[in-house]
Amino acid sequence: MSSGILLTIIMLSALGLIAAVVLYFIAQKFKVVEDPRIDTVNEALPGANCGGCGFTGCRAFAEVLVKSESFEGLNCPVGGADTMAKVADILGRQPVAVEPKVAVVRCNGTPENAVRTSYYDGAVSCRIAHSLYGGTTGCQYGCLGCGDCVEECKFDAMYMDPVTQLPVIIDDKCVACGACVKACPRNIIELRKRNKKDRKIFVSCVNKDKGGPARKACRVACIGCGKCVKICPYEAITMVDNLAFIDSYKCKLCRKCVAECPTGAILEINFPVKKEEPAEPAVATN
Amino acid sequence: MFKTFPKGGIHPPENKLTADKPIVTLPVPAQVTVPVAQHIGAPAVPMVEKGAEVKAGQLIAQSKGFVSANIHSPVSGKVSKIEPSVDTTGYKQIAIVIDVESDEWVDTIDRSTTLKREVTMTREQIIERCQQCGLVGMGGATFPTHIKLTVPAGKKCDLVVINGVECEPYLTSDHRLMLEKGAEVLTGVSIIMKALGVERVVVGIEGNKPDAISHLTELAKDFPGIIIQPLKVKYPQGGEKQLIKACTGREVPSGGLPVDVGVVVQNVGTAFAVYEAVQKNKPLIERVVTVTGKSVSGPGNFLVRLGTPVTALIEAAGGMPNDTGKVVNGGPMMGKALAMTDVPVTKGTSGIILFPEEASRRAEVLPCIRCGKCSSACAMGLEPWLISALSEKSMFERAEKEKITDCMECGACSYTCPAKRPLLDYIRLGKSTVIRMARERVTK
Repeated sequence: MSSGILLTIIMLSALGLIAAVVLYFIAQKFKVVEDPRIDTVNEALPGANCGGCGFTGCRAFAEVLVKSESFEGLNCPVGGADTMAKVADILGRQPVAVEPKVAVVRCNGTPENAVRTSYYDGAVSCRIAHSLYGGTTGCQYGCLGCGDCVEECKFDAMYMDPVTQLPVIIDDKCVACGACVKACPRNIIELRKRNKKDRKIFVSCVNKDKGGPARKACRVACIGCGKCVKICPYEAITMVDNLAFIDSYKCKLCRKCVAECPTGAILEINFPVKKEEPAEPAVATN
Repeated sequence: MFKTFPKGGIHPPENKLTADKPIVTLPVPAQVTVPVAQHIGAPAVPMVEKGAEVKAGQLIAQSKGFVSANIHSPVSGKVSKIEPSVDTTGYKQIAIVIDVESDEWVDTIDRSTTLKREVTMTREQIIERCQQCGLVGMGGATFPTHIKLTVPAGKKCDLVVINGVECEPYLTSDHRLMLEKGAEVLTGVSIIMKALGVERVVVGIEGNKPDAISHLTELAKDFPGIIIQPLKVKYPQGGEKQLIKACTGREVPSGGLPVDVGVVVQNVGTAFAVYEAVQKNKPLIERVVTVTGKSVSGPGNFLVRLGTPVTALIEAAGGMPNDTGKVVNGGPMMGKALAMTDVPVTKGTSGIILFPEEASRRAEVLPCIRCGKCSSACAMGLEPWLISALSEKSMFERAEKEKITDCMECGACSYTCPAKRPLLDYIRLGKSTVIRMARERVTK
């Protein structure tokens, strides 16, 4: 009886020993030498795996960071300058200053501005609606309002406004990862330079039609008149295909174009309210 | 006697309200809008300028690229503008707008209605004529006919299948064409036979058109090689692969074309257009459109010039009923709702259906209960619930493995789903994405 137990113990120990030796040699043979700094850098990254850096997740970005010569063109939009400084510290390099960006929705086609001409009750997806037709308004460039961008946002920085039927970006939460930009089938969302106090001036329209049809479809459409291009002192505005575009890096936020726009397509956001000019005394008519 | 395809299929209510309504020629409208993209492939390039005088049948836009088709003026008059205009796709596309002045045709077109049976042209001449006349498949897919009539090198075609199925509910334009222009259709079929060099043709007609079956069977006695094959009523029998399986028993392989099993499929509408082009030198400038709907006061089949606004068609059918909730271009299964009725009739417009409000809204979407009805209905043997969910979750690689590209978008799955899930909507999205991915792989 006891010899049976003994035999079993010896057998199993021997098996374990042989397996350990084999495993040791296999491990030596197929050993992958990995830079230990990749792990350290990976830990310093936010771990959101949003892909905003342009790579397939934080780990992949960490590998690229460790292997790269400099940080030129590499940035974690989620962690921002702090995270990049930490990474630079780990790798003993100089951080490259990257200007922070923020996502901006370039459509103002609220039910009030753009009259609804049809009703869409297909699958709730902008990509599907986009593949089917021009949309519920007369504008075939504007927001479809199904919220594909909101669905893609991993930072709760977006929501659909039930009144305007447009997506809203919460500036404080937006990390400019660009997921919404990719999700939008109509290229309405743009990453723009983040200004002080989140001040923004941008053309809130992507309609490339000529003035007449554009205006007919939406009250606040860019009609391509070119007035803003003429008045801009910094040559920040360009006109392509009847659509004005303000380069956020050239724009100095002087706000001259806002007043010049005849349709109100250029929006100014987070600016202090202008002092009202003294109103003219009301004239009694009767 | 009645054949059909074995896998899947459904039988929606037929609602062929206009089956006994003869084709009525609609008067030429005051203005036509002719989009330069009325076919699959590259848009044609406008050949005329603003202010130019054009005659009916004159070439106004030249095909560009391999898969493309010529566009001819459907009316005579003056080109008033060339600008982007919303068409049946729901998007703005370049269109030539012509103000109608008179009804003068190009001299070379034979406008007589006498039947011209003898085919004098050679194979090459026939194909060239089809290309010149801007012929496309009239079944709805609008694939340029001359390409389909040219068998690719290394392939052999020994049989032609003519699609007289018209499996879509409501539509009757092909049915009426077979009844009223039977001899012309069969002459067109014999021209197609000559162009492809085949001896045998099977014309598939569903059993809900007994008059067309007996009429064509009678006429076919004078046309050697043409067999009329009655088919069981089942949707989607008009799909190329289903029709071939039903008529010949041959099965087109996954990802393959009908010509891989030696078959070319043409629609009866196309056969008629081929007859008119080859025998009468008439380009494709008019077509039969069914205008129908349960509340429509005067539904009918109308012969209209291309470019006629859909509103004119609805007027001809007695005006738009007050309860209209949706206007569909094409059949109720595969057609597409129009966002506005002020769009022109194009080469692919087979029908205009007006649905009352209560029939036009989709029902509330409920969760999938895995009942498998969609899998039973799918004529391609796919699992619609799965490929739809895969594309909804953006798992396109997996969807590709599940053969999402085999889907012909017949909509039988969405029709049969008890949870009213928008299966086809997501499958279409997945299919187009997978096709794009595959194309990118090739170019890389």
